[in-house]
Amino acid sequence: MHEMSLAENIRQIIEEAGCRQGFGRVRTVILEVGALAAVEPESLRFCFDLVMKDSIADGARLQIDSVPGQGQCLQCGKTVPVAALYDPCPCCGCYEVQATLGTGMRVRELEIE
Amino acid sequence: MCNVCGCGAGEARIEGQSLQPGHAGGGLMAYRRLRSRNERQHLPADSRWVAVGSPVAPSGEKPLGESEASLLPSAAPAGLIHYGQGAAGGEVPGMSQARMVRIEQDILGRNNVHAARNRAWLAVRGILALNLVSSPGSGKTSLLVRTIEALRTRIPLAVVEGDQQTSFDAERIRATGAPALQINTGKGCHLDARMVEQALEKLSPVEESVVLIENVGNLVCPAAFDLGEAAKVVVLSVTEGEDKPLKYPDMFAAARLMLLNKVDLLPYLSFDVDKALDFARRVNPGLEIICLSATTGSGFSAWLDWIEARRRETLALRHSAPLTCNLPSGPESHADRC
Repeated sequence: MHEMSLAENIRQIIEEAGCRQGFGRVRTVILEVGALAAVEPESLRFCFDLVMKDSIADGARLQIDSVPGQGQCLQCGKTVPVAALYDPCPCCGCYEVQATLGTGMRVRELEIE
Repeated sequence: MCNVCGCGAGEARIEGQSLQPGHAGGGLMAYRRLRSRNERQHLPADSRWVAVGSPVAPSGEKPLGESEASLLPSAAPAGLIHYGQGAAGGEVPGMSQARMVRIEQDILGRNNVHAARNRAWLAVRGILALNLVSSPGSGKTSLLVRTIEALRTRIPLAVVEGDQQTSFDAERIRATGAPALQINTGKGCHLDARMVEQALEKLSPVEESVVLIENVGNLVCPAAFDLGEAAKVVVLSVTEGEDKPLKYPDMFAAARLMLLNKVDLLPYLSFDVDKALDFARRVNPGLEIICLSATTGSGFSAWLDWIEARRRETLALRHSAPLTCNLPSGPESHADRC
């Protein structure tokens, strides 16, 4: 995925929150990123530092909390952990596992001064 | 990693043959990218990573600082490097001193807002929009040209073309007589919902038509960006590898339909169709699949039937539930901004 676009979206979210809630500086940005969200954390960090320049989050620390992937097996019906979209069901071994969790990403919290 | 946009940081998981396992305790190991040519020449040519604290850094290189170390991937057992298990996954020190604000906002939220507006705008007009995605060179434009030629007497069609540069594709579409609009993404590697919103405004597709959106040839980024389409259609051609669904799973997971294109070339290739379809269904158990050739037209009737079936669904929805929506061309609401 294109981490630069994501970093720009994060900046927009932070600036809008800053406007609404009236805070000046952001010290830490806490993201939740699903294990199946196709986001490369190292790449996102690289983009984050560049994109936050001259914003209220300039120099802010980025914390990325990973949300594990989860899916439902269409054969045995169980909810199972999913590390990759093509993983087989750990219970019955079939490949009909539909990812249900860990595909999204969001800005969860900001630490502000 | 690409130093222009930060994309392609490599591989979330790397086979560990060029790494140096065993420096750190507990089976977990931090690595950093070798920074200078001077530093790289101390290792075999294929070594791009070095364990933190390993002695290869020549004099003059500063040791890795703590903040820098937190950006580095860690290696799990069995020679795998896993980004995102490093120090950044831990708690934030000194947090009690500062005020925490819960935001809980989807990072793709803004794109999704535009996508929802596009979807409503299309629904109210009974327009079916399909988002065609694939690698460059899979034959999307040839497929569109043949599709338009086959359907244009029955269904009004319009095309939105996404490419990094040039309007070659839109010109090919316009040669069929169908209206087409080219979006050049410049440095961008995917279409987003805002671009499509503007394209729809300019293109003004007629009511109850079909809009075919040809995304930028890229099997990675377009998977994540909803454009407001009814379905993503992923095109895989038999001149590619049959393992592409496993190598680029997100796109195959996001698609409703896969078109296996260029099947007329199968006699000249070693492409294993069953394997490709099996791999695609592993990633997306509900994926519909049609094998066809945009050159000979074989399998095309199934694809045209599929489009007509989706169009009937769109029209049924329009006639069963009166929908209202604001025009996407209207000024964006800034009510939530200051």
